[in-house]
Amino acid sequence: MTDTITHTTAAPIRRRVDTTSPEAQAGVRRRYRAEARFKSYGLLAILTAAVFLAVLLIDVVTKSLPAFTTNSLQLDVAIPADFVPADQKYNPAAIRSADYLPLMREALKTAIPGIQGRGPERTLIRLLSTGAPDGIRERLAADPSLIGTTIKAPLLLSDDADLYFKGAGTAITTRATRGTATPSDTTGTITITASGNEFSENLVTVKLALAELARAAITEADRAARSTASGAAERAADLRKQADELLAHAKDAASAELLDSRLPSLLVAINGGLVKITQLAADRIEGEVLLPLSSASEAKPGDWRVVTYTTPESARKINDLEVALLERFKTNGQVERAFNWRFFTSGDSREPELAGLRGAITGTALTLLVTLILCLPIGVAAAIYLEEFAPKNWFTDIIEVNINNLAAVPSIVFGLLGLAMFLNFFGLPRSAPLVGGLVLALLVLPTIIIASRAALKAVPPSIKEAALGVGASHQQAVFHHVLPLAMPGIMTGTIIGMAHALGETAPLLMIGMVAFIVDVPTGITDAATVLPVQIYLWSDLPELAFQAKTAAAIVVLLVFLFVMNGTAIWLRKRFERRW
Amino acid sequence: MTAIYFITLVFLVAAGYFLASQRAKVLRAAPNGAALHSLPTYHGLLGAVALFVPMLIVYAIGTPVVKMLATTNAFSFFPSELASDPLQRGVILRDVGNIIDGRYQGDPSAALRDAAASYSSTFSAGRLIVLGTGVVLGLASLFLVLSRISPAFRARNLFERFVIAVLILCALVAILTTVGIVFSVMWETYRFFFDPALKGRPTVAQFLFGTEWNPQAALRADQGEIRTAFGFIPLLTGTLLITLIAIVVAGPLGLFAAIYLSEYATPRFRAFAKPILEILAGIPTVVLGFFAALTVAPYIRGWGEGLGLDVASESALAAGLVMGMMIIPFISSLSDDVINSVPQSLRDGAYALGATKSETIKKVILPAALPGIVSAFMLAISRAIGETMIVVMAAGLAANLTFNPLDAVTTITVQIKTILVGDQEFDSAKTLAAFALGFVLFFVTLMLNIIAQQIVRRYREQYD
Repeated sequence: MTDTITHTTAAPIRRRVDTTSPEAQAGVRRRYRAEARFKSYGLLAILTAAVFLAVLLIDVVTKSLPAFTTNSLQLDVAIPADFVPADQKYNPAAIRSADYLPLMREALKTAIPGIQGRGPERTLIRLLSTGAPDGIRERLAADPSLIGTTIKAPLLLSDDADLYFKGAGTAITTRATRGTATPSDTTGTITITASGNEFSENLVTVKLALAELARAAITEADRAARSTASGAAERAADLRKQADELLAHAKDAASAELLDSRLPSLLVAINGGLVKITQLAADRIEGEVLLPLSSASEAKPGDWRVVTYTTPESARKINDLEVALLERFKTNGQVERAFNWRFFTSGDSREPELAGLRGAITGTALTLLVTLILCLPIGVAAAIYLEEFAPKNWFTDIIEVNINNLAAVPSIVFGLLGLAMFLNFFGLPRSAPLVGGLVLALLVLPTIIIASRAALKAVPPSIKEAALGVGASHQQAVFHHVLPLAMPGIMTGTIIGMAHALGETAPLLMIGMVAFIVDVPTGITDAATVLPVQIYLWSDLPELAFQAKTAAAIVVLLVFLFVMNGTAIWLRKRFERRW
Repeated sequence: MTAIYFITLVFLVAAGYFLASQRAKVLRAAPNGAALHSLPTYHGLLGAVALFVPMLIVYAIGTPVVKMLATTNAFSFFPSELASDPLQRGVILRDVGNIIDGRYQGDPSAALRDAAASYSSTFSAGRLIVLGTGVVLGLASLFLVLSRISPAFRARNLFERFVIAVLILCALVAILTTVGIVFSVMWETYRFFFDPALKGRPTVAQFLFGTEWNPQAALRADQGEIRTAFGFIPLLTGTLLITLIAIVVAGPLGLFAAIYLSEYATPRFRAFAKPILEILAGIPTVVLGFFAALTVAPYIRGWGEGLGLDVASESALAAGLVMGMMIIPFISSLSDDVINSVPQSLRDGAYALGATKSETIKKVILPAALPGIVSAFMLAISRAIGETMIVVMAAGLAANLTFNPLDAVTTITVQIKTILVGDQEFDSAKTLAAFALGFVLFFVTLMLNIIAQQIVRRYREQYD
């Protein structure tokens, strides 16, 4: 110290920092740029999380929308007088167990006359869900006097037909025509001859589509050639050969073309019927009649049209006949869209259009009830002990460390505990809300204990001291004064814990709550499933319609979660006290 | 039965409360009565407890004993080799239950009918005895309390001692849970490695260092020779790969988010950003799994194909990315706490030297908060390792030994779930393997947590 002083007094060296020099200013600018960059990284990180959340929610909600509505056919259903034997007419059980399939078939055939043959008839009936007669069944059972009359009833469409009206089908374009056309017959395989090269435009489209297919085959062949998998080389050669054939067809501009399911479907709407083109030439076509023609007379220009279903038949779930039938129902104004109440009132099903969430929601409620009954008293009691009564010793330390560690144990390990202990050792029933509730209670217990301790700690000691001062015992002070003041905090923690339990899936998979259960559970020992597990189960199913159902179930789950967390926040805002 | 017992219990407890408190009140109201030590309420509560505890204990002990006796009696009608076979035992018990409930299909054999009759008679007699014993013991202890009620009787102290005992019991549930986990997982793991009766069990070394995982066993002879292998390495690498991707995503994002929120954000921005992170943290993992499997994975696959890469449809990348998103709020909230607990004096010192905010953060705050941030990362890693639903839905089942994030890998949790969902018998190596995996999972996450908590604790002491 003294050294420095003597040194400076001896020869005063003053280092001047020139803040106006270009170097110094550049340095400052550089540092401020670094500052701005650093700050923007932080903002970017938060925005990334926000964008991810937004994308996730929007994606789920968009996917879920189709599941909230359902399409049905409003048809006149004639119920023959001898539908049930006369002596059984007022017996609801007999009415319920009657065969409704013929009724459906007749109603459909009345709506679209002229459908003949086993194949088309079966296609027609398959447009309806297996649950289509449910509404009629209940109406008849409630009011047997309807037997022998014709009633207007909504018949639920099958999942694929339903999805067709929700946009999973195909785009349809219609082109008016300039010349006349003459069909050779009204049903079966017919030819239609047009005046002039009426179909050449379509022929060009088909050739282009063929060229496109050839290109796709070549790309696929290249990929196969790169692959090292066995058989890849043969596959590549095979694909190349296919591509060559397709290209040869595509280049020959004039030749007639056979249409197959890889190409867009072309149809001719003529004389009130619909013909699917199988062979296409510039001036004439050959095709199958899908909807029968009213006559084989010549159609005037403009009276017949060429219809294109843009999506190839092989790339959609429903074939051309089904599209044609559904379009016919739509033009007849018989398709009705309504809110899908069944989604909330029925249990699970293998048929997407019949599956509902009621079983899962009931199961969730029962499971959470068990969880709440167990973990709220135990959690609060443990928190009170640790916060207010526990002496500071090694035993209390162990309990505390233990609770902190339990909070971080993976949830699936709790599932293992449930499986080995509750199911295998104690012999409790599988798949039951009782066991699910037990496991979840153990899972959220640490959360509740930690939250309750924080709430108890937040109550100022002066309150307890005042109670003790007027002669209350320690327990009286805690139970009569501290605990009521800590209650809002405890409730908030409990709701957050319950919300956590509501979203938990993995441990419940372990204890068998993944079974396919149609019935709505009625008690805590019935087999049941819960919402998140239902989501998991549906997400695994191959039917496209279940994807929307899964998303819709997620939306329901998220709504529950938001309501619970919202309540917690409201409680906190409403009752939180700053001391 | 249970209902009758507990209705009796509730009724008697109410009566006990009333009797005891009434007695105390009478004592207090007596013309020459001294002041009571405890309020009559406490006498009543003590009376209720005196009834409740013995009755509960009798029920808890009595019911299983009665059930066991009834079962033993029922099996006395069958040959002993039937009774000792666990499978047959289960069948017989179910049949007996069905006969008693009147749901038995067909004509029961004579032995079965006798067994059912004996079972139900033993059971009903036993239940009556349990009820009787419970009531007698409860009343006895109630009268003991009643007989001791006097002005000097310290009813409140006794009752408070009971309350403390209940509180301690509740606190012990946490310990019991841990003991339960350790016991159940360790026992099955022990059997997996050392039970001589278990076919196809691996040695510990084979498990820890084997590079092939294939728990499928041939169920029938005609399925030919299916080699089972319990090599843990592919699961470990799969888990680590997905965890690594998740941490690479979530680490910087979470840390920067925490820095921005604690150092830069205005209160208004915080009020908007905090809930977003909280909502993200509250999204159930099954939802994230759905998103990963149905939106992210196809997108990555399409993107990879656009670049000419071969991407598995269940790539580790998709699961890892979404898991990373799940962990962001976790890392950010833990780091936020840590950064906030760095003393303001350190910041002020750095500002006084002319440092910019980012220089202060980089040179002063982060080094000071480093232990806490490390522990936050460790907790996040432990969370990622134990996460189940995202990987179950978005990662594969094939145990590939690879570090390519575009390949499908499997993880410890996926294998546990795959093995244990559905019917399982507890004497096959396959089922027990899941418990061995669970043990590894529990052990690893526990270690990470303990170390992380130690770091935090030491770090807190440094600044307190």
